[in-house]
Amino acid sequence: MAKLAIHADRGASEGSRFPAHRIDGLAGTSFKHQHLTSILDDEASNRGFFEVHAENYMGEGGPPHAALTRIRQDYPVSLHGVCMSIGGPQPLDKAHLGRFAGLIERYEPALVSEHLAWSTHETTYYNDLLPLPYTEATLQRVGDHIDEVQERIRRPILLENPSTYVLFRESMMGETAFIRELVRRTGCRLLLDINNVFVSATNHGFSALEYLADYPLEHVGEIHLAGHAEQEDDEGDLLLIDSHDAPVADAVWTLFDIVIGRCGPIPTLIEWDSAIPDWPVLEAEAIAAQAILDRHAGAFLREKSYARR
Amino acid sequence: MRAAESISGDVADGLDYPTGFVPALLDPGCATPALVAGPRGKAADKRFNVYRNNVTVSLIEALAAAFPATMRITGETFFRAMARFHVRETPPVSPLLFEYGRDFPAFIERYEHARSMPWLADVARVERAWLDAYHAADAPALPPHALTSLPPDALGDVVFEAHPSTRMVRSAYPAVTIFAANRASGPVGRIEATEPENALVTRPALEVEVRRLPPGADVFLGSLLSGEPLASAAGTASARCPEFDLATAIVVMLEAGAFAAPGRMRR
Repeated sequence: MAKLAIHADRGASEGSRFPAHRIDGLAGTSFKHQHLTSILDDEASNRGFFEVHAENYMGEGGPPHAALTRIRQDYPVSLHGVCMSIGGPQPLDKAHLGRFAGLIERYEPALVSEHLAWSTHETTYYNDLLPLPYTEATLQRVGDHIDEVQERIRRPILLENPSTYVLFRESMMGETAFIRELVRRTGCRLLLDINNVFVSATNHGFSALEYLADYPLEHVGEIHLAGHAEQEDDEGDLLLIDSHDAPVADAVWTLFDIVIGRCGPIPTLIEWDSAIPDWPVLEAEAIAAQAILDRHAGAFLREKSYARR
Repeated sequence: MRAAESISGDVADGLDYPTGFVPALLDPGCATPALVAGPRGKAADKRFNVYRNNVTVSLIEALAAAFPATMRITGETFFRAMARFHVRETPPVSPLLFEYGRDFPAFIERYEHARSMPWLADVARVERAWLDAYHAADAPALPPHALTSLPPDALGDVVFEAHPSTRMVRSAYPAVTIFAANRASGPVGRIEATEPENALVTRPALEVEVRRLPPGADVFLGSLLSGEPLASAAGTASARCPEFDLATAIVVMLEAGAFAAPGRMRR
């Protein structure tokens, strides 16, 4: 948190266009334009933050920028990149990286994140977060891409762990080892998507708790929670889909409680991108996350004050 | 040959996984890639199908979101089947999905099941122009009273600059009437219009506006936007279209906010 807070404060002191809202320990939601009026009319939503997909604001003007400008005045904003294709082998799209950097300069987001995945190959954009093998070669290439992004935007990104449905035969290391090594090499920070951990753990038959025990939690700057859907694999076993179209599952809330108990409060986002409900339904999920963050914040403050005595 | 060298370099480095992964994403006839598997020897067909489905369905949904009137006309099932063909034939080349669908109207024109609706492609063209206007740069529009302050003898030499959102769509069908009826939320009655309609699409502030251009105004506006002074553009329009009425055309364009505001208007 310290590093990002410094960046936000620095922006504010240099004639910034927006107030520097603190995001520490807050729960937030995906920002959907159909909710704008409800959000602005809702006195209870004066706490929290909003996250936007960067690509939706890469047009030159119009209602998207008007809405984001309005929200950014009153709330901290998290800028979530969806298609930088950091996890692909080919060079990053420099024009896209430039647009991403431009949005960061314009909106001074409290958090900036991207995915451990790829979505473009040659000139085709596939509009999905596609998986990669975990090898020494991909580690090197993805590390180079993260370096390039961070140099261009002059701040660390939060890298998000993926939901996956297949494994690569050539993978030589586990996802947590891969992510830990990326953090060590690039100084990037992490967006821990707990629903993705649960989805991948179910799909590949590992323990979500063991994954979290092996994951470098000390580098996490944001958490994602979302709903998932259920299907079956070829053997008729449960296959979970990261669908972002439903409330957060009970098992994911339990994992979240465990993570926050270990790490203390971390900015936490409820993602809801499809079959989007009315604002009160989405807000209720954020209020539930905030309650867990606040409960552990109290415990962490007490621990600190005991330590000082 | 640099591209070929770098690809063979990636093969040697174990970095060619997309080459094996992508062909099956948009081609249902292509088998699950051999480089992926399920855990502990499980099969990966249904697992890989999640990616096929995510890619195809999300792109169909991007088209459905960009072309709602077109979908209302055809019905959802028809539209999604048509969009699926287009997605497989012409997937996006930009990660900005609001840029996708530029080739869709031309595809609709060729789509054999849409031949009974020859105006459908033009409705899609109006919708594509609507989305361009929605995302265009913000700029003040030339206000309707702007020309009244000019001395009459100077009027003919005025040169206009397009507002960044301004788009024109010409149609041999009543595309604007059909578009407007199917973009609104109310029920669509029988459409009696048969005359050709040219659309003027603008966004002077935050709302996109779509208007029918009066006769000859498409020629007039086209000339103005290519930099012809007002008098000369009016002459061209009158010569090409006897029904052209200069005063009506100017009022429609100024009301629409088709031109960029002073500072940019040159004399």
